Amino acid sequence: MSLAEEVELLRGIPLFERMDASKLKLLAISSDRVTFRPNAVMMKQGDDGDAAYVIINGKGQVLIDTPGGEIQVAEMGAGQIVGEIAILIDIPRTATVKTADGLTALKISKENFIRLLHGSPQVAVEIIRVLASRLENTNAQLREAVSAAQKD
Amino acid sequence: MDRSIYGFIFRHSKAQQVFLLAITCAAFPFIYLQPDLVKRIVNDAIGGSVSDFPKDIMSFEFEQVAYLVLMCCAFLVIVLINGAFKYYINVSKGRLGERMLRRLRYTLYGRVLRFPQPHFKRVSQGEIIPMITQEVEPLGGFIGDALAQPVFQAGMLITFLTFIIVQDLYMGLAAIAMFPIQGFIIPKLQRKVNALGKQRVQAVRRVSERISESINGIQEVRANDASNLMRAEFASHLGRIYAIRYEIYHRKFVIKFINNFLAQFTPFLFYLIGGYLAIQGDLSIGALIGVISAHKDMNAPWKELLAFYQQYMDAKIKYEQVVEQFDPPGMLDEKLQLEEPETVPAIQPDAEVAVQNLTYQEDETTIPIQSFNLSFRANEKLAVIGAAGGGKDEFPMLLARLLAPTGGRVAIGGQDIKDWPEAYLGRRMAYVGPAAYLFSDSVRANLTFGLKHRPLREPELDEDAKRDRTDRLAENARAGNTEEDFDDDWVDYEALGADGPVDADEKLIDVLAHVDLTRDVYSFGLRGAIDPAKRPALAEQALEARKRLNGRLEEENLHDLVEPYDPESYNANATLGENLLFGTIVAGGLDMETLGDHAYVLDVLGQVELTDDLLRIGNEAAALMVELFADVEPGDPMFEQYGFIKAEALPDYQTILTKMARGSADSLSEQERAMLLAIPFKLIPARHRLGLITDDIRERVVQARKIFRENLPEDLAGAIEFFDPARYNAAASVQDNILFGKIAYGEADGPETVGRMIDEVVEELSMRHDIVAAGLDFQVGIGGSRLSGAQRQKIAIARALAKRPDILVLNAATDAMDSRTRAALTASVLEAAPGGVVWSIGDPDQAEAFDRVAEVEGGRVANVTGGAAG
Repeated sequence: MSLAEEVELLRGIPLFERMDASKLKLLAISSDRVTFRPNAVMMKQGDDGDAAYVIINGKGQVLIDTPGGEIQVAEMGAGQIVGEIAILIDIPRTATVKTADGLTALKISKENFIRLLHGSPQVAVEIIRVLASRLENTNAQLREAVSAAQKD
Repeated sequence: MDRSIYGFIFRHSKAQQVFLLAITCAAFPFIYLQPDLVKRIVNDAIGGSVSDFPKDIMSFEFEQVAYLVLMCCAFLVIVLINGAFKYYINVSKGRLGERMLRRLRYTLYGRVLRFPQPHFKRVSQGEIIPMITQEVEPLGGFIGDALAQPVFQAGMLITFLTFIIVQDLYMGLAAIAMFPIQGFIIPKLQRKVNALGKQRVQAVRRVSERISESINGIQEVRANDASNLMRAEFASHLGRIYAIRYEIYHRKFVIKFINNFLAQFTPFLFYLIGGYLAIQGDLSIGALIGVISAHKDMNAPWKELLAFYQQYMDAKIKYEQVVEQFDPPGMLDEKLQLEEPETVPAIQPDAEVAVQNLTYQEDETTIPIQSFNLSFRANEKLAVIGAAGGGKDEFPMLLARLLAPTGGRVAIGGQDIKDWPEAYLGRRMAYVGPAAYLFSDSVRANLTFGLKHRPLREPELDEDAKRDRTDRLAENARAGNTEEDFDDDWVDYEALGADGPVDADEKLIDVLAHVDLTRDVYSFGLRGAIDPAKRPALAEQALEARKRLNGRLEEENLHDLVEPYDPESYNANATLGENLLFGTIVAGGLDMETLGDHAYVLDVLGQVELTDDLLRIGNEAAALMVELFADVEPGDPMFEQYGFIKAEALPDYQTILTKMARGSADSLSEQERAMLLAIPFKLIPARHRLGLITDDIRERVVQARKIFRENLPEDLAGAIEFFDPARYNAAASVQDNILFGKIAYGEADGPETVGRMIDEVVEELSMRHDIVAAGLDFQVGIGGSRLSGAQRQKIAIARALAKRPDILVLNAATDAMDSRTRAALTASVLEAAPGGVVWSIGDPDQAEAFDRVAEVEGGRVANVTGGAAG
């Protein structure tokens, strides 16, 4: 996959949708392409996060540790971004991501990402938008869960 | 040490000085003969009348022309003789001066080695170093002249003076009338200049001290924005030197003025008195002219004498100023360091170490140790604990005699250690301080530093080298330097418990294990290059390891983690430059940074018609970089990551791009072409993913690689060690030899996995031990700067353990380590120490591991717990 294709891939991600082409190129070129072998652990819940990954091809399973053991909460595929929370704020990884059949991803390091935010306010605004909608999502789920609990 | 420079000169070079003087005097008749011959040639040979010839010389008859030839030949011979004398005298003077200078420097350095420790708190390196190096330098020149010059010039002076006195007594008196005045006034004026000279020397020392302090404290200066203060302080010191210097010039030239005036005053007297006498008829005009010309001749030596006097004064000040600084009170007796005792007795395990009434006073108000009493057996493990400033830092130093007590004593086996030769203390005891120093040498040299006390074995030398060695040592002796040869083998293998150099490495590796350094030294060895001629087994094993690593990668289906160097294919994880050279650059001639400048490289590229393609690639990559980096800050790490273009160079590339867009590469200057070519050489396809280095180009680079190697010009022979799958590459590290390829970019955990597999292969082939041994060659850098603080302390402790001391004294020697490492190390060192241990520790929790614990408070022992003797 060439640089141009990587740029297209990045553009498909809501976070980067509205970014200048040159900024996207810069982000693509400054990011390493990483290949994970089958059964590799891309990130581990609780570890410090230093990068987010944009999946180029392959699939990743998002797993969360619970008292009852690890459960899969989502599956991510090409064009999706994983691990972006940990590079925005200094908290440990909130989930484990494994790959069953191996995958290739663009590794966006924390520094490059933060630098990008400094350089383009649209991206920052976009991130606020995405995070706010996620928060709203979580709130909605919480409300549902609370009302479900009250009914019981 | 002699207080006066002449004392020093005569003590060490009396014979040579007298010899020089004799030679100088022997040369004198020939100097005189030369103008005399000229006179004869002109007056007798050329201007002589025919009636004077033939001349009769030693019963040979000479006609006028023959006589002229004879005289001219004689003149030539005299010129040669004079030249030879001059040459010989100058060389002898130079040699004598150099030898004496060498002796002086050696003496001064030897005194530094005996300075009492507290003295180093008062004088800085910045002062001491220039004293030994620069300040004494002019003395060498003076010493050569010290006797011959004044005696010779005075001799000349007296000769001419006698001539004048023989002509006329009064004239003679007139000629020297000014001497007493000059002799009285000049030294008086000179005295003030001398005092200024002394001040100047001191002021210059202050300056060196300031510079050295600024360098040592550079972080503080920068972090506190104090650079302007430092500048101002420095300027004030420079101003002081200027003021002194100016004053010196002033006075020096006044002296010169007076001198010149007095010198001219004498002819004034001649003309006046001589003229008067001549008019009166008491003196013939011929005699007057003779006297005046004799006085002219006399003036030259007189001037020389005065110049010598000034030179002497300069040298005297310099010498005295230096010597005074190298004589602090409380220096260690020279004998204790220099004389080799007949035997160095071991400290018996049950010997009593008795510290009685020990007092150490630093100055009037600081008394860190006071009435300190403690007794223990030499083989006990004693911990010294207490608060900082309570004396637990000074006690170990007093025990190792690095500080001299101001009262009381330390006795071991009933003997006061104050009189012990340093050989006893330095060999039977070991001391490790908090800031243990490592010398800029290999790990091995640092570990064996405590085992090198005297040269023990002469190296195997051929005849020439042997003669050279004898000459060198004889010259050392003539300059009063040591006759112990630095190139001998100094290592006391017996003290280490080894039977030779090879076994010594084994023992050192054992010691490394005690201080938990084996892993570190292993990685030094792995990352370092070895000489396959010296370690053939390791080189061979590395080749075997190369094969095995390959096999393993294949087996575990991990072969895409490493892209091996294949002579027949392009390595996508290496730069284009590396692909072209296909080897490791050994020495000058080639540089990865400037391959695009190299004539031979360009020639090879031309042969496979790559030049235009590379220029095009350079152009495209540069265009992309200029576009992307246009508004990236110059200091941004992105530039580091994309190392093929520097931020400063972006505008230049902009210009090049504009030129390229308008026309072709032909419009570029030589330098611009090189700049453009530099880019593709640094591109790594797998990393940069620009898609510019196509298969076709890769193929041609592989072709160029072969041409490059086959036609390598002579001046590059040996400049590069080519990759060869079947050979060990001496220029690359052991690790790179095993890997023999590039770790692929973009494989998650690739470097870690490969590192682990290399470790496994190393283990499998039992290479670890040899690699650790190779790691002993690792250079630690100035002051051990290439190691971490903890590693430095560990090496210092290992150095102390290596000499298997009867008593090991440690003084906060593990400060740089974290508490877990420290605890583990304490246990391990206590276990490994062959004799007793006295350890001043900061952490009382660790005291449990010791036989006895002495708690120190306010300079006294407050409490002792444990111990058989109670």
